[in-house]
Amino acid sequence: MSARRIFARPARFAAIAPYVWMVLFFLVPFAFVLKISLSQTAIAQPPYEPVFDVTAGWGALKAAFAALSLDNFKLLGSDDIYVYAYLRSLTVAVTATALLLLIGYPIAYGMARLPKRWQAVAMVLVIVPFWTSFLIRIYAWINILQHDGLLNQILLALHLVSQPVVWLSTDSAMYIGIVYSYLPFMILPLYATLAKMEPALEEAASDLGAPPWQVFWLVTFPLSLPGVGAGVLLCFIPIVGEFVIPDLLAGSNSLMIGQTLWLEFFTNKDWPVASAAAIVLLVVLLVPLLLYERLQKRQLEQGR
Amino acid sequence: MTDELPRTDAAVDAAGDVRPAAGQPLLRIEGVAKTFGSFRAVDGVSLDIKAGEFFALLGPSGCGKTTLLRMLAGFEAPDEGRILLGGKDIAQALPHERPINMMFQSYALFPHLSVRDNIAFGLKRAGMARADIATRVSEMVALVKLEGLEKRKPDQLSGGQRQRVALARALARRPQLLLLDEPLAALDKKLRESTQGELMELQRRLGMTFIIVTHDQEEAMTMASRIGVMKAGRLDQVASPRELYEAPRSRWIAEFVGDINLFDAEFKLRDGHRLVIGTRDAGTLVVAEPREALGETRFSVAIRPEKVKLSRRAPVSEAGRETAINRLDGVIADICYLGGTTIYKVKLDTGGMLQASVVNSARLDVDAYSLNQNVVAWFTPDDCVVLPS
Repeated sequence: MSARRIFARPARFAAIAPYVWMVLFFLVPFAFVLKISLSQTAIAQPPYEPVFDVTAGWGALKAAFAALSLDNFKLLGSDDIYVYAYLRSLTVAVTATALLLLIGYPIAYGMARLPKRWQAVAMVLVIVPFWTSFLIRIYAWINILQHDGLLNQILLALHLVSQPVVWLSTDSAMYIGIVYSYLPFMILPLYATLAKMEPALEEAASDLGAPPWQVFWLVTFPLSLPGVGAGVLLCFIPIVGEFVIPDLLAGSNSLMIGQTLWLEFFTNKDWPVASAAAIVLLVVLLVPLLLYERLQKRQLEQGR
Repeated sequence: MTDELPRTDAAVDAAGDVRPAAGQPLLRIEGVAKTFGSFRAVDGVSLDIKAGEFFALLGPSGCGKTTLLRMLAGFEAPDEGRILLGGKDIAQALPHERPINMMFQSYALFPHLSVRDNIAFGLKRAGMARADIATRVSEMVALVKLEGLEKRKPDQLSGGQRQRVALARALARRPQLLLLDEPLAALDKKLRESTQGELMELQRRLGMTFIIVTHDQEEAMTMASRIGVMKAGRLDQVASPRELYEAPRSRWIAEFVGDINLFDAEFKLRDGHRLVIGTRDAGTLVVAEPREALGETRFSVAIRPEKVKLSRRAPVSEAGRETAINRLDGVIADICYLGGTTIYKVKLDTGGMLQASVVNSARLDVDAYSLNQNVVAWFTPDDCVVLPS
């Protein structure tokens, strides 16, 4: 198809716009990172040896290709720090996503069953935290969780504990922070699925002899699976790479991969290894991303 | 299909349920009322339904018929009154505890389950043995003629097929009472008419009790053995289709069920078994004396369009004069040709408008009237109904 035909109609242009976006803001940066990950560290600005120098001519380019090495990737596999960071990231993401689903589902279900005008109010309440900067909200949590913070004061006042609990710099604090920050991303897709579900379906199940818990497990939950899938992936994928929340709320003895990346980039100034770590992370996340993609495609097909 | 199809057996019935024989009272609704906020949706309805009846709740939208049906299914609890099924008050029982099933207007088929699993859903909940479920499902599939589609999902079916799955699913548990909420509303006219016949045939063969909710008076008249007309939360009249049509209890029902000519009365005189009634728009009419004595209330004379005869001249014979005792001169003002019948609107010399429905019994239009033609419209005293306004 010639370029003229592609641009012949605005609709055609609209169709290629996402690809232009992808190339500019995903593929090109990705190529940069990939390039850095294959090069060597250097004490320079930027702190790596340039691998390609397009101005140096064909021969130099060929030599540069030959000099490419996977050393940085090998290092990731051999050093326990990275393996451990990946595993910890995945563990944290799985645990946090499970918590999010357990907390988010009842909230979304309750919202979807509210009278129509209250649903809009509930929706605003879910979104309202976004009006404040994310960092400020995490600092607020530091305030709440600190030694003489609000949470300890309440616990002491209720005589649930006899002395202040150490929250800050623990995994509990990190999970509180993650669940708090990602809850809207879990609730909104769940709510969207549950709200558009035909109420007569639950009535039909009940009419056919299903007690309430069976109505939920046999009809409501299976039909909300697209929402569950979207919510889980929307939370899981960014949590794996989460940096700010573990850095501010969790202890420093075990790092997630996002923190490790930060360390390599800014403290060790080892851009090539950091880039390699980032690429591996991307490959790991490709699995759930593709899953999400397939899920959405299936939904589109079913929606026809 | 054979005739020894599912008569009631005890397989799915709740333990110890004894079903009343046909003709025995099955359901008694006593003074049931339901209010939503400040809106009284159902306002003190009492009704008895006999086993084996095909009963229709008829009314315009918002009259409370669906709310009443939902209270029978258990989706709403009545604020007042009792609902007795086989003598037991079920008004507060939950939907899954009632031996009643419902076919939803939207069908409400489970989109994630196949046709087979949709039909088996209620049987599994009843704890039926696997083999029995398989037998019952194939029985139901055959009953609604869906053989070969058992593995399809609802979105792979046509509207008519979905309607059949919904029916099979609701029938599978052999409920004591089947509720149908506008079951044919989503079908096109031809399919609706053939499905009406099938539903009646099915109901008769299974000997089951059906309550159907509809806003379509033709549908109610065609299928039901008895019709309850609802208006503003109340049951206005409960009668057979014929009685409802020929002897409506109020002007509102007369107008809601079919077309009718209405003339407001100004005075009345007694003449033996007849009343002579003066109307403003149609002159003096002679009508048969109504069964219920008219008080001093305002009333109207009503004549169905098909009871009105038209001719070019007044009948001359002695007998003719007697049947044409109500004779009105007029001119054809409007013609509406419907194929089988033609509706003529006659502008009466006395000022009113009169509709006459004439069967087109001959293919060639030698009998047809043309616009502005002078005609005589006539009808017998027995064809008139006197209705309180």
